[in-house]
Amino acid sequence: MRKIALVGNPNSGKSSLFNHLTGLNQKIGNFPGVTVDKKTGYTHLPNGEKVEIIDLPGTYSIYPNSTDEKIVFDILANKSNKLHPDAVVVIVDASNFKRNLLLFTQIHDLNIPAILVLNMMDIVEKTGLSIDSEKLSNELGVPVLPMKARKGKGIDLLKQTLTDIQLDEYQPIFDAAAHAPEAIKEVKATFTIKEDYLAYQLLQQFNINTSLAENEKNILQQIADKHNFSRDDLRRKETLERYSSINHFINGAVKETFTVLPKKVTEKLDRIFTHRIWGYAIFLAILFLIFQSIFAWATVPMDFIDLTFSELSAFLSEVLPDSALTRLLTEGLIPGIGGIVIFIPQIAILFAFIAILEETGYMSRVVFLMDKIMRKVGLNGKSVVPLISGVACAIPAIMATRTIENWKERLITIFVTPFMSCSARLPVYTILIALVIPDKLVFGIINMQGIALMGLYLLGFFMAIGSAGIMKLLLKTKERSFLIMELPTYKSPRWKNVGLTMFEKSKTFVFEAGKIILAISVILWVLASYGPGDHIENAQVEVAELVKDQRLTAEEFENKVQAYKLEKSYAGIFGKAIEPVITPLGYDWKIGIALITSFAAREVFVSTMATIYSIGDDVEEGTIKSRMRSEINQETGGPRYNLPTGVSLLLFYVFAMQCMSTLAVVYRETKGWKWPAIQFTYMTIIAYLSALIAYNVLS
Amino acid sequence: MVNLRSVVDLAPGESAIISGFMDDTLSLKLLEMGCLPGQPIKFNFAAPLGDPICVSVSGYDLSLRLDEAITISVQ
Repeated sequence: MRKIALVGNPNSGKSSLFNHLTGLNQKIGNFPGVTVDKKTGYTHLPNGEKVEIIDLPGTYSIYPNSTDEKIVFDILANKSNKLHPDAVVVIVDASNFKRNLLLFTQIHDLNIPAILVLNMMDIVEKTGLSIDSEKLSNELGVPVLPMKARKGKGIDLLKQTLTDIQLDEYQPIFDAAAHAPEAIKEVKATFTIKEDYLAYQLLQQFNINTSLAENEKNILQQIADKHNFSRDDLRRKETLERYSSINHFINGAVKETFTVLPKKVTEKLDRIFTHRIWGYAIFLAILFLIFQSIFAWATVPMDFIDLTFSELSAFLSEVLPDSALTRLLTEGLIPGIGGIVIFIPQIAILFAFIAILEETGYMSRVVFLMDKIMRKVGLNGKSVVPLISGVACAIPAIMATRTIENWKERLITIFVTPFMSCSARLPVYTILIALVIPDKLVFGIINMQGIALMGLYLLGFFMAIGSAGIMKLLLKTKERSFLIMELPTYKSPRWKNVGLTMFEKSKTFVFEAGKIILAISVILWVLASYGPGDHIENAQVEVAELVKDQRLTAEEFENKVQAYKLEKSYAGIFGKAIEPVITPLGYDWKIGIALITSFAAREVFVSTMATIYSIGDDVEEGTIKSRMRSEINQETGGPRYNLPTGVSLLLFYVFAMQCMSTLAVVYRETKGWKWPAIQFTYMTIIAYLSALIAYNVLS
Repeated sequence: MVNLRSVVDLAPGESAIISGFMDDTLSLKLLEMGCLPGQPIKFNFAAPLGDPICVSVSGYDLSLRLDEAITISVQ
């Protein structure tokens, strides 16, 4: 199958084009070795041929500044790469033509069949410009297609052009051989390359070229030294020459000069959005709106999902014959699946908001507003995006740090992002707040539970900022930090893209995180239902022996039996084993079980509670919340989930690193176990100490 | 008198012609982003805390930190 790569600057409308070409036939994976989102999909050409579409990360140049931009270089500049495409579609923002064409001229010179797509022709027309695409096509020697990707116009023509694209005679726009003839000649001979520009790129960027062996790099270094190949000077000359060629193309094909375009709407909006007071006020208001909607809109479907699954369990345990298999289904699998599905509303809403902020161009303004503040604590304005995304999930958030060019700033961002309260903590917060914080109004309008929730989010945020400040002092670097960033014009969001992001992220969550949650639920059920020896089978007899002096009703006796069974199970033994460590925090061994499973993924807390409290609980099936509320502290006789224990647990969940997937992503992004290990230890210590202090102060 | 004006010295709304770069490493990136000698650059506005700033160059808006903007000389 032929592979077609989509390449373009950020904000050029690449993702709209990708969505139009592939629709729901898309798949998000990882590029080999790095956790950069690799989006691929399929499309059918008019002649029935099926081609694979690869969406490459947005970049301004073939010279990468960050990990994700490097992907473009890896794939395009290396013909032996498995993902090296058969053709490239370079999409440019035609209303911002000049800078966008730079990347096109570089890719053109790599000698890959290319199509130039002039996107945003609607904006171009509005500003009174005209671009003669036919003339441009003659000048560049490649097909040039006008497009309005937002409206889906021009897609058919693109598909038609892809059907019969071929390579014209190689005529590079930048004549590399004119600048370093001997060096290029030698590289071409040594590495059997026929394109001048590919040889030139080997000399320019062999340091970062993953396809080269160490001895090949040494050879290239020797060739460069021998012929005085001065990289930076040549790169400067190259860029200037490319821009002068671009000016030449523009003069022939574009009427109207491109100096400073009137972009009135953006100018006016920027006056408000970057205003010294309104700018921050609007940013805070947007954040507040996001939290409110998650809390207000997501709880309704979440309660519904919770109830549906518990009723389904109750129904099935009544109609199916009582057996180990039935119990696995009603006590293990169904609560486990419920624990996955319950997250979908939150994840969908959060990612919808993040997609809207990115789509409209507002996210860059947030970076612009926050850069100076963030730099004070060793972060970068661009760290705001991962920190906000961290509210949804730390995994995509940590992957989003790859746009930060500076390694120290990126590392600090990766380190502190898991302190942001992710959506997996939200159900834990919700359920514990509902149990221990009274549902009362203060000042007549503000809900106390709402304040508690917001307080937990703020606590996580301030811990992230504080930890960043500490790391800034500890880490030393000489690398410079940049913020050379495009501020795109404001656009209304494309709802199709927002919808697709919601769908894709929810799907990825269900299938990726879901697998872990489900597996842990089943393992937990087994551990909670079976134990060493025959205590569980003989529970009736052994409990009868223990309580023979007490007068118990049948129901009280049955409860004792169930508690005894859980205590003697493997899960109970593990819980008991860590009880000495967690007793000072106000937890018992049952909560201990939840803590152990939560170290795999904290969202498991709720389903663990569901599993633990539903084992053998065939007297009355209720929701998780009501089962937890009726749990009694054996020592005090009061409710297990009282204020001190509740607050202590909440603090533990705010700070602790309880997510294997996050640790795995940090391992991949930092290329080693050092940082995940430090992060895990640091967060666990903070969680333990704050829970300890809170419990002792409150009780 | 030696002309040592940089983008930072422009008043909001003022345009000038780029004459060169004071920093070799940064210039590679700035050139690619369309800051070209001989081309106009316009100082639009600064962020509320004075840094970074927003400039227009090659027909689009770019944000730069002050220590980056100061490396672009203008005449």
